Amino acid sequence: MALLEVRDLHVHYRGSRSLPDLLARRPGQTTRAVNGVSLSIERGETVGLVGESGCGKSTLGRALLRLTPASGGTVRFDGADVLGLGKEPLLRFRRRAQMVFQDPYASLNPRFTVFETLAEVLRVHRLCSRGEVRPRVHELMVQVGLPVELAGRKARSLSGGQCQRVGIARALAAGAEFLIADEPVSALDVSIQAQILKLFRQLQRERHLTLLFISHDLGVVRYLCRRVAVMYLGRIVEEGPVARIFADPKHPYSRSLIEAIPRMDPESTLSGPVLAGEPPSPRKQPAGCPFHPRCPRAMETCRAGAPPTAREVEGRRVACHLYSAASWVAQPRALAETGAGGA
Amino acid sequence: MALLEVRDLSVEFASRARWLCAVERVSFTVAEGEVMGLVGESGSGKTVTCRAILRLLDGPKVRTPSGEARFEGNDLLRLSARALRALHGRRIAMIFQNPSSYLDPLMTIGRQVAEPLVHHEGLRPREARTRAIELLHQVGIPDPRHTVDAYPHQLSGGMRQRAMIAAAVACEPRLLVADEPTTALDVTVQAQILRLLLELRDRTGLAIILITHALGVVAATCDSVAVMYAGRIMERASKRELIRQPKHPYTMGLIRSQPDLVVAGEELPSIEGQLPALGQLPGGCPFHPRCPHALPACRRQDVELEPAGADHRVACIRWRELEAAA
Repeated sequence: MALLEVRDLHVHYRGSRSLPDLLARRPGQTTRAVNGVSLSIERGETVGLVGESGCGKSTLGRALLRLTPASGGTVRFDGADVLGLGKEPLLRFRRRAQMVFQDPYASLNPRFTVFETLAEVLRVHRLCSRGEVRPRVHELMVQVGLPVELAGRKARSLSGGQCQRVGIARALAAGAEFLIADEPVSALDVSIQAQILKLFRQLQRERHLTLLFISHDLGVVRYLCRRVAVMYLGRIVEEGPVARIFADPKHPYSRSLIEAIPRMDPESTLSGPVLAGEPPSPRKQPAGCPFHPRCPRAMETCRAGAPPTAREVEGRRVACHLYSAASWVAQPRALAETGAGGA
Repeated sequence: MALLEVRDLSVEFASRARWLCAVERVSFTVAEGEVMGLVGESGSGKTVTCRAILRLLDGPKVRTPSGEARFEGNDLLRLSARALRALHGRRIAMIFQNPSSYLDPLMTIGRQVAEPLVHHEGLRPREARTRAIELLHQVGIPDPRHTVDAYPHQLSGGMRQRAMIAAAVACEPRLLVADEPTTALDVTVQAQILRLLLELRDRTGLAIILITHALGVVAATCDSVAVMYAGRIMERASKRELIRQPKHPYTMGLIRSQPDLVVAGEELPSIEGQLPALGQLPGGCPFHPRCPHALPACRRQDVELEPAGADHRVACIRWRELEAAA
């Protein structure tokens, strides 16, 4: 059974009402940050979640841990309904599921030393007796590759990479088996980024961590994850094995996203088709398929009617009308031949 | 002939007790129409180098004890304030990572784009506005007639970056210094902006110094590259040479630690340790504490950039051995 099972999750924010709205007694504008996401993660699996900024990937991650209230749908963790947990069970759930944040400085208490940061977790969750705290903190620091001498330092005197290691150690301190890492290496330099990615790999191997890795950097996701979900405007548009999606993306959006990565190849040029337009705001969702205004292959059906539902295409799930027509079998070939449709 | 020739540039910052060397004897040239990548991790001195050349660092706490930066025959480091003003925005322009902190929030996009034209070429408001609309159109801003009257907060990050580029190229400068222009943007928008810069280069013969930490961006856009570490240039070569045959252990490490190059299932090679702080630079080669090939000699001996093939220079005492061993 899957460790995490998300079904049709919605997170909607109600914006504050403008004066005309207030006078007309209309409700404020609703932002559909997460709009019907279904995803399951097996125990020990690492799943990447990619998409442009504003696509709802962070909100999804936060909603899974109940850091942001969900508006609908279900989240099951090891069989238990996460969204319906009471206070005590929620605390127990948080011991098992933890988050690592993007900004290593902002996510640590500046007045706490490394030791205090880690000891606090042990204390709050009552994980060990007072005498065991020190050896346990040192053990955690060693696990994430932090020199024990740094235990007395505060966040501001640590480097970005070291802070991120503290963030990871804090998540592990509670004994987490499921980690959501929200852009954990985006703020780091290349050489430090590689060190942290290696640490994640090592933890996967040694502790059989289940990991949801949120990132806009597809190279990083390809390195770390087996499976990837591509998000656009609050929906998952394509989801499947990383190798397959990178080699042959089916959804026009994943294709554009992958083609936009600058490659480490001196012969590469920027001559491929470039996705026009900007990531749209979740407040103004277009009718039909949310991607159609930027899609190089948009058809009549994409502009009106219901957004496409996900279906199985060559070992992955794709939500695109190109594949929902009865004749989709003939379509992938056409897609491959025309590139992303000659945008 | 070189458009910009920087020789032996050093930059020092005053700290409480002494001067700290942020950039040490950096030399490079940029030709007309060339896109040069300046690569390195944060704190390696890329931005300081460019700002010193553009004289954006002038003040009592900064000094340039050595070096010159010849641009169109003049040494930028010794120009008068008046001559500098005539150059900035007209012959040399700069764009930054975070456009929102460089655009004036209280001024319309159109006025900011036209400002260099008004200042340098004395355009009247009406002409300036027409030119601003043209420029906005050139940098791919949709509906320029409308955007010209918009304020920066009404535009997205990518559009603000485009507006800043429009202002920078308004007077058709010969050199554009782009400091991490796409770091804050999504990959799809990054590709659009990089393409825009290359189009401008092709159309006007503008030379670009592209400061970046992303080697993928360098591979896709630059003609030549200089790799900086701890305030020094460690390696300089054409892009192809540098990516195909890096000779400095630091460059090799940087290239290998790109996660997208790793074969599935293999370990990601990384450079251990971290960039030293300015006041704690080690003696000898600054990279030796992190270098997998360091010898005792690296700790003692200063390194100089030396020729390593046509158009390739490297600052490592072991590059010949390493190349032979590879």
